[in-house]
Amino acid sequence: MTELRFEGVSFVYPDGTRALEGVDLEIPHGQRVAIVGQNGSGKSTLVRHLDGLLRPTEGRVLHDGADIAGRRVAALAATVGIAFQNPDRQIFAGKVRDEVAFGPRILGRDAAQVAAAVTSALEAVGLADDVEANPYDLGYSRRKLLAFASVLAMDTPVLVLDEPTTGQDARGIARVQAVVDDVSGSGRTVIAISHDMRFVAESFERVVVMGVGRVILDGPPTEVFAEAAWPVLGSTYLEPTHAARVGARLGLGSTPTEADLVESLASGTIVRPTG
Amino acid sequence: MLKLDGVSYRYAGYATLVLHDIHLTLADGEIVGLVGANESGKSTLCLVACGLAPGSIRGELSGGGLSIDGEPMAGKPLHEFSTRVGIGFQNPATQLSGVTGSVFEEVALGPMNLGLRQRETVERTNEALARLGIEGLAEREPRRLSGGQSQLVVIASLLAMRPSHLVLDEPTAQLDPEGTRLVGEALRGLAASGTAMLIAEHKTDLLDDLCSRVIALDAGRIVADGPAATVLADPKLVGLGVDPPARVRLARALAERGLDPAMAGA
Repeated sequence: MTELRFEGVSFVYPDGTRALEGVDLEIPHGQRVAIVGQNGSGKSTLVRHLDGLLRPTEGRVLHDGADIAGRRVAALAATVGIAFQNPDRQIFAGKVRDEVAFGPRILGRDAAQVAAAVTSALEAVGLADDVEANPYDLGYSRRKLLAFASVLAMDTPVLVLDEPTTGQDARGIARVQAVVDDVSGSGRTVIAISHDMRFVAESFERVVVMGVGRVILDGPPTEVFAEAAWPVLGSTYLEPTHAARVGARLGLGSTPTEADLVESLASGTIVRPTG
Repeated sequence: MLKLDGVSYRYAGYATLVLHDIHLTLADGEIVGLVGANESGKSTLCLVACGLAPGSIRGELSGGGLSIDGEPMAGKPLHEFSTRVGIGFQNPATQLSGVTGSVFEEVALGPMNLGLRQRETVERTNEALARLGIEGLAEREPRRLSGGQSQLVVIASLLAMRPSHLVLDEPTAQLDPEGTRLVGEALRGLAASGTAMLIAEHKTDLLDDLCSRVIALDAGRIVADGPAATVLADPKLVGLGVDPPARVRLARALAERGLDPAMAGA
C-alpha cells in the first residue's frame, strides 16, 4: 500500500527551465490515474519525482506520509516502477529474458521467483515467444512493450507508464489496456502519461490535467471531458474525445467514451441540435 | 515524383523478404498515408523510399527499384538523396544530431550542410520554427526537450531542408493535439508548394484529414490502395490491426445497435 503525495512541488532544470510550479497532488493507493497536458507541460518531470530520479527544487514528495528526500532511487524503485517514454533509454541487456530478469533479480528475488516474474510479464505484453531475442532485433513498438514488461516484472505497488500507447497499433493498444486492467485489478496503483485521449477516457478513473507546470484540472473522465471543461482542456492544447464532442453536440451530456455515447444514444432521448 | 516499381527488400542476414513487390508512386504535392499493423513493413518501406535502405542500412533490394523525378537512384551516393527526399524517423531521439547546443542550431544544421548562404539558412530556420509554433524553444538545449518537443524540432529540421519529397514515419506519435494540428497544417502547406509525402501513421484520424490516398500494408505486401475515405472505411482494416478513424468506428458501433449512423453526424 502506497499513498503518494506531492506538497507544493516546484522543479527547475539546470538550464533554468521551470518545469513544475507548486504542484499539490494526492494519489490514494490502487487508483488508476492518467496525467495529460501539452508537450512540455511537466508530465514526465512530475512522475520522475515519484522514484527520486528528480528531486524537488521546492516542496516535498511523500510515500505514505513520509518524505522521500533521504531515500535512494534504488530503494524507491522497489515501490515505484517507471517505464519511460523512450524504451531505448531503458533497454541495455543482450537478451529479452535478461532485460526483464534484471529488475526482480536486483530486488533480491530468488531464481524461481525471477523466472516466474519474467514469464508472466512477457506473457502480459505478448512477447512470450521472444525470450531469446536480442531487444534490438525487435521493432520500436515491441521494444516499448519490452520496457513495459521489465517494469511489470518488478511487481511494484505503483506502476508508472510514460506514453504507453505511442507507436502501438490497435492490437498493441488493446494489450496495454488489458495490462492496465490486470495490474489495477490486483489492487496496485497505475499512473499513465498519455496524449491518447481515447485510451485515457476508456482506461482511467481519474484524469489530472497539467498546464505549464501546474495541475489545472483533476477529476473523473465524465467531468474532465464534459463540455464545461473544454476551455480548460483547450488552454493546454488538448481536445476532448471524438465521442465527447459528438455527445455534447447531440445534447446527451458527458459521453467521454464511444461506449458511453452509443449507450446514451440507444437508451436516451436525443435533443436535436438546432445550429 | 517518387516511384517504387515492384520493389522487394530483404535485410542483410535475414532469410525472408520484408517487402514484396511494392508499387508506389508519389505525385508532386500528393500526401499518401501508410497504414498497417506493427511490423507489417511500414518503417522498412519508409527507409527504402528515402534511399537509406539499402544505401546505409544493408540489405538486398530487388525488382524495379527507386526512381526520383524519372531518374533511377540505384547506386547513387547518399548525399544525392538528401536534397531530394527527407526522412523523419519514428523515434526523434535517433534523429537529433547530438552535436548542437541549441534548437536553432539543430534546425539550421541541415541547410548549413547544403552549403546555403548564412542569410538563407537563418531565414529557413526561423520560418521552420514559426510554422510549428516552436520559436520559443530556439535557445533550448536539444537533449533537454520533452519527447513531443523533440518531435517538433525534428520536423522543423526537415522543413528547413525544403526537400521535394518527404517520408515521415509516425511524425505525430508523441505530439499533443495542438502539436499534431500544427504539423498537419505545416505538411499541408508543404504539399501545396509541391512536396510529395509518404506518411506512416497509426492515427487514422489525421490521415483521414490530410491524405488524398492511403495504402495499407500487411506482412510486407500492399493489400489496399485507394482514396483515403475508401481505404480507411474498408472493413478489412480492423483485421489488419489498424484502428479506423473515430467517425468510422462510431458509425459501426451505432449500426451494430440498429441505430442510424447519420443521426450522430458520423
